[in-house]
Amino acid sequence: MLDLLFETTWSPYMAGAGIGILLWCSFLFSDRPLGCSTAFSKTSGMIERLICPDKVKNKEYYKMFNPEIDWQWMMVLGIILGSFFSSILSGTFHISFVPSVFQGAFGDNIFLRFITALAGGILMGLGARWCWGCTSGHGISGISQLSLASLIAVMGFFVAGIGTAMLLFSR
Amino acid sequence: MNLKECHKNAGLQKVLGLLIGIGFGFCLQKGGVTSYDTIIGQLLLTDFTVVKVIVSAILVGMIGIHIMKSFTLIEFHTFPGSIGSSVIGGLLFGIGFGLLGYCPGTVAGAIGQGQMDALLGGAVGILIGTGLFAHFYPVINEKILSIGIFPAETIPELFHIPRWIGVVIFILCLSGVLFILQMLGL
Repeated sequence: MLDLLFETTWSPYMAGAGIGILLWCSFLFSDRPLGCSTAFSKTSGMIERLICPDKVKNKEYYKMFNPEIDWQWMMVLGIILGSFFSSILSGTFHISFVPSVFQGAFGDNIFLRFITALAGGILMGLGARWCWGCTSGHGISGISQLSLASLIAVMGFFVAGIGTAMLLFSR
Repeated sequence: MNLKECHKNAGLQKVLGLLIGIGFGFCLQKGGVTSYDTIIGQLLLTDFTVVKVIVSAILVGMIGIHIMKSFTLIEFHTFPGSIGSSVIGGLLFGIGFGLLGYCPGTVAGAIGQGQMDALLGGAVGILIGTGLFAHFYPVINEKILSIGIFPAETIPELFHIPRWIGVVIFILCLSGVLFILQMLGL
């Protein structure tokens, strides 16, 4: 049983089932769905507050989502740690700048990869708040609750995601 | 301590959030979905690991939370979507997804396993994007988010069927997806 912790990968079904059980815990003990993107907008608000505190205080959005360290912020920090522990235990942790599939298609130009990732991140952050959720908030938590908004949003994620990736790699 | 007190205890909730996150990050990394190659493989329809992880998580998660809801142990958190919010936001997210090759949860996981493009490109980008949304929220909210509000919050409500019938239909469809992927050897 303990060997599992040291394995490089689990079957996707087992990893998924584990996440499903965490969803139970999150609803039962924390009265929340699992979701990640709000933590980014709170962090963004906290950083902006360091630079211009008054502006953040008056923004309508931050009145709804107070930029503070809360359950979800700690959860996203936990994801970083959990993935770190997992990759250290299996010996797969390594510092990498350009993922191998990207490198295969576009070369090992770090700048190109960072600009693509930055542009993608900006659109993703905007889109995630626009539809109030991300792959975990809508994809896993929302669809589990049979939420219509989540199902439609997830279709959008994948339709546009597949289209963009196909275009990008179609050279 | 009962559950209500547990929910209200802010300090305890931060600890719980951290623990659930550690478990989440562990599962994501072991599932291979913290890797750009796996996610882009899914979007290029050559590697179906992401779908397998998500569908298994929904299957297990859904059954458990609907049972707990039937025993009134938990409450659901759904909200009405709209064309202006769910469709436009979903598509914007998707374009970002295709470019970045991580999502907000897996970008955190990718950072944990040492992926610098996730940290310096992806996470920074997401912070800028969420900041932009917060800045333009009043205009976006007024002009776009309320376009075409959906008539129901949940799929069972939309089709006027009991919640558990909806759950059973979803279990059948999602198991079908996993079965087909297995049959096709994907």
